[in-house]
Amino acid sequence: MPRIAVEPRFQVEYLSILDSDGNLDTALEPKLADNELKSLYRAMLLGRRLDERMVRLQRQGRIGTFAPTKGQEAAQMGSIFTLRPTDWMVPSFRETAAMIWRGWPIEKLLRFFAGHLEGGQPEPDQHDLPITIPVATQLPHAVGLAYAAQYRGDDVVVMAYFGDGATSEGDFHEALNFAGVWHVPVVFVCQNNQWAISVPLKKQTHSRTIAQKALAYGLPGLQVDGNDMLAVYAAAREAVDRARAGDGPTLIECVTYRLGVHTTADDPTKYRSDAEVAMWEQKDPLTRFKAYLEKRNLLAEGLEQHVDEEIAEAIRRFEATPPPDPLTMFDHVYAELPSDLAAQRDAMAASDPVVPAREGATAPTQPGATPMRGQRLTRR
Amino acid sequence: MAKLNMVKALNQALFQEMERDGDVLVLGEDVGVDGGVFRVTDDLQRKFGSQRVIDSPLAEAAIIGTAVGMALYGLKPVCEIQFSGFAFQCFHQIENHCARYRMRSQGRFHIPIVIRMPYGGGVRALEHHSESEEQFYAHIPGLKMVVPSGPRNARALLAAAIRDPDPVIFFEAKSLYHAAKEEVPDESEVMPIGRAQVAREGDALTLIGYGAMLRVALEAADVLRDEDGVAVEVIDLLTISPLDRETLVASVRKTGRAVVVHEAPKSFGPGAEIAASIMDGAFLSLEAPIRRVTAHDVPFVGFAREKANVPDVPRVVAAVRETLAF
Ligand SMILES: Cc1ncc(C[n+]2csc(CCOP(=O)(O)OP(=O)(O)O)c2C)c(N)n1
Ligand SMILES: [Mg+2]
Repeated sequence: MPRIAVEPRFQVEYLSILDSDGNLDTALEPKLADNELKSLYRAMLLGRRLDERMVRLQRQGRIGTFAPTKGQEAAQMGSIFTLRPTDWMVPSFRETAAMIWRGWPIEKLLRFFAGHLEGGQPEPDQHDLPITIPVATQLPHAVGLAYAAQYRGDDVVVMAYFGDGATSEGDFHEALNFAGVWHVPVVFVCQNNQWAISVPLKKQTHSRTIAQKALAYGLPGLQVDGNDMLAVYAAAREAVDRARAGDGPTLIECVTYRLGVHTTADDPTKYRSDAEVAMWEQKDPLTRFKAYLEKRNLLAEGLEQHVDEEIAEAIRRFEATPPPDPLTMFDHVYAELPSDLAAQRDAMAASDPVVPAREGATAPTQPGATPMRGQRLTRR
Repeated sequence: MAKLNMVKALNQALFQEMERDGDVLVLGEDVGVDGGVFRVTDDLQRKFGSQRVIDSPLAEAAIIGTAVGMALYGLKPVCEIQFSGFAFQCFHQIENHCARYRMRSQGRFHIPIVIRMPYGGGVRALEHHSESEEQFYAHIPGLKMVVPSGPRNARALLAAAIRDPDPVIFFEAKSLYHAAKEEVPDESEVMPIGRAQVAREGDALTLIGYGAMLRVALEAADVLRDEDGVAVEVIDLLTISPLDRETLVASVRKTGRAVVVHEAPKSFGPGAEIAASIMDGAFLSLEAPIRRVTAHDVPFVGFAREKANVPDVPRVVAAVRETLAF
C-alpha cells in the first residue's frame, strides 16, 4: 500500500505591514479614513494611560488585583475595531482597551476590579460578555453564540479573545473543533504575548506557531505582527468579512508582548530578563502607530491631556461609588429567590451585616490581610 | 527549630519528602522557575531539576491526567492547581480516575497522588480565587480531603499526604499563607490523616472548624470566655474526609452542644455531614440543635461584600450564644 500526501496544502502566513522601524508596505496598507486612524490611536492611548493609572490605584489599595494591558493595545484595538456594536465580543481578562472601545465605562471596570460585581454587568443593549477568568472557558461560549446567531438568521459575528497559554487548555481545542464542524461566524483572536505568567511560549507548545493549530481543525489560521495596528486590523477585517459572508471561522494569532506584570500580584523579575523586555519595548505598538499618524499629520494637540482628564473624571465617579449593600448578594442567584435562601437573606438583614468600608474606593489594604504574593513594587 | 509561616513550612515538607523519596515529583503551572504563584514550591526546581519539578503547560486536566499515568507507573506526583477555583477543569480526572483506580483495578493499581490547591477568601481576590470547594472532594469515595490550619500541622500533614498510598486533596487557606509564624522543629514530622485535634478544651459547647476558620473559632471562644465566662471546646478537623467522627462524638457527649463553622456555602456542605454524624453518635447527649455558621448559598459575591458572606467572629459568637441559650 502506498504512503501518499493527503493534505499537502498546510500553510501558515505571517502578516506585517508597518514594522518597528517605520517601514510601510504600501501595497498591504489598509484603507482607513483619517478619523478612523485618529480614533484608533486615541483608544490605544486611553488604554495605555488607564493601565498605568490602574497600577497606581492597585498599589494604593483602591482597586484589587488586575491584569494590565500594556503592550497589547494594537492587538486589541486592531481587532475589536472591525466589529459592529451588534456583533458580540467575548473577552478573557486582559482586554481593558478593547472593552472600553465596546462601551464599558471606565468607572464600571474599576468597580469590577474593586470587588463589586456590579462592575461586571453589561448594559442591556451591549453585545458583550463580562470578563471571564478561567482560562479558555469562554471560547466554547463564543462558538455557541455564533451558532445561535446563525440559527436565528442574524447578521452577527463573534470575536473571542484569549492568550497563548489558553491554547493548551482543552476548551480551546474543543471550541475550534466545534467552530470548524459547525462552520460558524466566529473570529478567535489569540494575543500571543509570549508568556503565561512565568511559562514562556516554548514551554507552552511545541508547535512553531499558534496559528497552525487552526489548520488541524479545518479553519484558516493567520499569524500577524500583533504590535502592528495596521496588520492586526487588516487580518481582522478579512476574518470578520469572511465570517459575515458565511465563510466560517478564523484563528488570528497576534504576536505581541506583555510589557508589564502578569497581574499586579506578579513579579516578572523572577522569570524574565530586563534585556528581553527592553527588546520588546523597541517594538512598542503605541509609539509605532503614533509615528505613522505623525507622518500623516493626524496627531491632535493635547490628546494626552484629554485622555488623562477622561480617566480622572471616571476615577472620580468610581470613587463616588456607594458602599455595597451586602443584602444584594442574594439578588442574582436565581430568577426567583427560593424560600430557604430568602430565610438566609432575612437572617442577614436582622443581624446588622458587616458593611465594609469602601474597599474599592478609599480603604487601603487592611493591615493584617494577607497580600497576594508579590504585592510590592517591582521594577516593571 | 525555626519560626516558619505556612508557605515556608509547606515548602519544607516538599523539600524533605523529595529528599527522602526519589519517586516524589512536583507538577503544575508556574511551580518551577516562578516557585508557584504563592511561592510554596520556591527553589525546588533549582534543587531537584526540571525533570522533578515540572512547569507544565496551562492545562489542569492534563496535569492531573498525566499525574495519574505517572502514579500508575509507581511515581508519587504532587500536583499544584494554581487556585482551587480552577480544579473543575480537572474534576473528571480526579473523580473518574484518581478516586476510582484502586477499585476499578481491584487493587492492582492505586494512585498515590497529592493535589495541592490554595482555597478560600480574605485576600481581596477576584472570582475563582476566593471560593471554598472542599465539599465536592469530601463527597467522593476514594479521596482523602485534608485542610491544615497552621504552619506546623500543614508541614506534617503534607508529609503524610505524600506518603499516603491513596489520593489526597490538600487545601491550603490563602489567608493563612502569611498569617502567622509558628515554631517548627527541623526534622520532618508526620501527622495522621483522618484525625481531628482538640485545639482547646472546654465543657460548654463543641465548636468545630478547620483551615482558616479555626482562627475564627478560637477568637470566638476567647470572646465567649471573656464576656460570657463559658469554656468552649474547639475542634480542629484537619481532615474533612475520612471524618474523625470519634473525636467529634466524644466531645459532644461531654458538652451536649455543637456549632460548626466553614467558609463553603451551607447547603450540602461539610457542616451537614458533621451534624448528622454527631446526631448518630451523641443524640442522647444533645441539649440543642446543631448550628452551622457558613457562607450563604450564593456564588462568589465579590470581595467588597466578602466580609458579609464568610463567617466572622461576631457571627460565630452569636450562634454559640443562641445554642447555649436554647
Ligand atoms: C483554568 C485556569 N487555570 C489557571 C488560571 C490562572 N491563570 C490566570 S492567567 C494565567 C496565564 C494565562 O496565560 P495566557 O493564556 O497566555 O494569557 P495572558 O495572561 O498572558 O494574557 C493563569 C495560569 C486561570 N485563570 N484559569
Ligand atoms: Mg500569554
